[in-house]
Amino acid sequence: MAAKKARILIRGGRVIDPANRLDAEVDVAVAAGRIAGVGESVPGDFRPELEIDARGLIVCPGLVELAAHLREPGHENKATIASETRAAAAGGITTLCCPPTTDPIIDTPAVVELIRQRAERAGHARVVTLGALTQGLAGEHLTEMAALKEAGCRGVSNAQSPILHTAVVRRAFEYAATFDLTVFIHPEEYWLANGGCAHEGAVATRLGLPGIPAAAETAAVARDLALIEHTGVRAHFCRLTHSRSVQMIARAQYDGVPITADAAIPYLYFTELDIADFDSQFHVYPPLRTQRDREGLRAGLARGTLSALCSDHQPHEADAKLNPFPATEPGISGLDTLLPLALRLVEDKLLTLPEIIDRLTAGPARILGLLEQGTGTLTPGAAADITLFDPEASWRIDPTSLFSQGHNTPFMGWEVKGRVMHTLLGGRRVFER
Amino acid sequence: MSSTNLQVDDQGRLRHFLTIEGLSHSILTEILDTAESFAGVTAQQVKKVPLLRGKTIVNLFFEASTRTRTTFELAAKRLSADVLNINIDASSAVKGETLLDTLRNLEAMHVDMFVVRHADSGAAHFFARHVAPHISVLNAGDGRHAHPTQAMLDMFTIRRVKGPDFGRLRVAIVGDIMHSRVARSQIHALNTLNTGEVRIVAPKTLVPVDAESLGVQVFHDLEAGIRDVDVIIMLRLQRERMQGAMLPSEHEYFHLFGLTEQRLAVADPDVTVMHPGPINRGVEMDSQVADGPRSVILEQVTHGIAVRMAVMSMTMRAHTDAEAQEKQNV
Repeated sequence: MAAKKARILIRGGRVIDPANRLDAEVDVAVAAGRIAGVGESVPGDFRPELEIDARGLIVCPGLVELAAHLREPGHENKATIASETRAAAAGGITTLCCPPTTDPIIDTPAVVELIRQRAERAGHARVVTLGALTQGLAGEHLTEMAALKEAGCRGVSNAQSPILHTAVVRRAFEYAATFDLTVFIHPEEYWLANGGCAHEGAVATRLGLPGIPAAAETAAVARDLALIEHTGVRAHFCRLTHSRSVQMIARAQYDGVPITADAAIPYLYFTELDIADFDSQFHVYPPLRTQRDREGLRAGLARGTLSALCSDHQPHEADAKLNPFPATEPGISGLDTLLPLALRLVEDKLLTLPEIIDRLTAGPARILGLLEQGTGTLTPGAAADITLFDPEASWRIDPTSLFSQGHNTPFMGWEVKGRVMHTLLGGRRVFER
Repeated sequence: MSSTNLQVDDQGRLRHFLTIEGLSHSILTEILDTAESFAGVTAQQVKKVPLLRGKTIVNLFFEASTRTRTTFELAAKRLSADVLNINIDASSAVKGETLLDTLRNLEAMHVDMFVVRHADSGAAHFFARHVAPHISVLNAGDGRHAHPTQAMLDMFTIRRVKGPDFGRLRVAIVGDIMHSRVARSQIHALNTLNTGEVRIVAPKTLVPVDAESLGVQVFHDLEAGIRDVDVIIMLRLQRERMQGAMLPSEHEYFHLFGLTEQRLAVADPDVTVMHPGPINRGVEMDSQVADGPRSVILEQVTHGIAVRMAVMSMTMRAHTDAEAQEKQNV
């Protein structure tokens, strides 16, 4: 693995750079860790020290993962920053956003700094963080958001700990808006969700699982939209699960409210029916909903209402899934499989290849405020974070093909297409197959 | 693996008894017929048969129970098995030990069968998936999901009183369907046995979403729900329902859904009244009904022993047969 920042020429690949509306067979030049040129802008006198033969491969910006629970500090039995950034590199992901769910929670600059240092030491991928919206995610006291922003947080979020007191939500939004921080919202009305673990519908009724009604999400979306308009904060809705929420977001976007939203891979493939045998690998939170919701999310992604697609990476140790369904920990390990499962949506004729790459690169980079500096693009001058993948290469998802420390995935055994061959991070080759 | 494959082996024999859902009419009938043959035993002077001699059965209860545990214990003893009762208070649970560790430790004591009750839906499935192949798992109630032996003893009781043709019966289940594993198993059993009409009766707060998909008609009015029915099954109402804003008061519940002699008048003249116990007198029904001639509540308890004997012997036989076959093949 070449560790130094060589002059590299990536030859003959199909270069897809949605931010620059580029889809063509051109060369990409990399020098001093940055994009030196693409196609015609490659300097005429460019002398590479290394050439990568990209014939038959797609060359695109390194993927940006909006939600990777890195588990370090605090839950290293599940995963570490080193193990998961390595999995990211192998999955073609060069930037990861870690929610504040570590232990200690990311509510002080010290934790932001610790994560940055460990990620830099590992050197496989860039890690950015979301700070906590309230101290300890307890929903009572605001965090020192100015200091968190200063330390590098790309936004603030209360993750999956709903704030019970609506006035605290309002003040938190107002305070975040003071510092032009994006609020990342997991819409859930706590009392309606009421400790449930499955979509409140026919399957939960049959299995006797405590249900979470769809209204737990839509009621929160409605409330938060009202507070966003009231406070003027910029907001991002994370991991929508209900088709009605997508409609509400689309309407608000149409009305000019400054909001974005994303979907996560599991919700585009599975529904409540998949938990019918109490298979804990399908235990996710919020829960898998109906087929209609799955189609609504897919349509929202295609239309661009949902401008980013993420894996919602939540690695677990094996024991976390070995219990009766309600007692298991929710979440799916997803970094390894983000790209091929996203590409499958192209095969399903939902989006074009450039569109899906947009949802995995420029889309999430824009949400994180990183697009301006060139993240998620191949703009000359930007850091050379580049992914090369073979769109036709098939592989089987099994324990030996996963790099993440977490092997908890219901996609185990699936045959997928699309394999990362090279990943460049700031012009360094961090993964090569 | 689907539930059906998990509890029935490739010869169609019952290996585990986890849920009624997915079991065939013939297996349910076999359970009822086998129970009928044991019903005589429990009435004899010498109440034992040697079918499970040398077998060890563990009653593993993570939730309090008197009736169910006791009848499982009696059933095992009448089949000459050795019985071990383990009550694990979930709140002070097994410090640091996972459920799977608990299971492995007990397995190491050469257990042949687990009878499991647990507060989480799917717990019995979880055990069945992870036990050694020679061990049977019987579900004695998991969360709100299933309580199949209770449902079968209710079917046994109905068959004894009403005869074997379920097709001509109208059955109403009244009360807290939402939180009831008993109701879910009863509905599956009644439908598998081709019951003419299965109704549930409750206020909307106690009816689960999409209840009709279980194969029932939903009523919110007691008199309409029990009109012309042959069997009424009342469910126990837990006090917590008042705190969870499911109901305003026991008083209003009894006023609207409590069973009284007067209300029974709209049902079939030969209506049979059942309750899985324990009864809240004056909440689900008044004493006149509970102790009256139409009530078979105490028979239900007695039948519980025969039905549990049947299920125990059937699942053990599936294992013994499978073992014998393996030996032959060697």
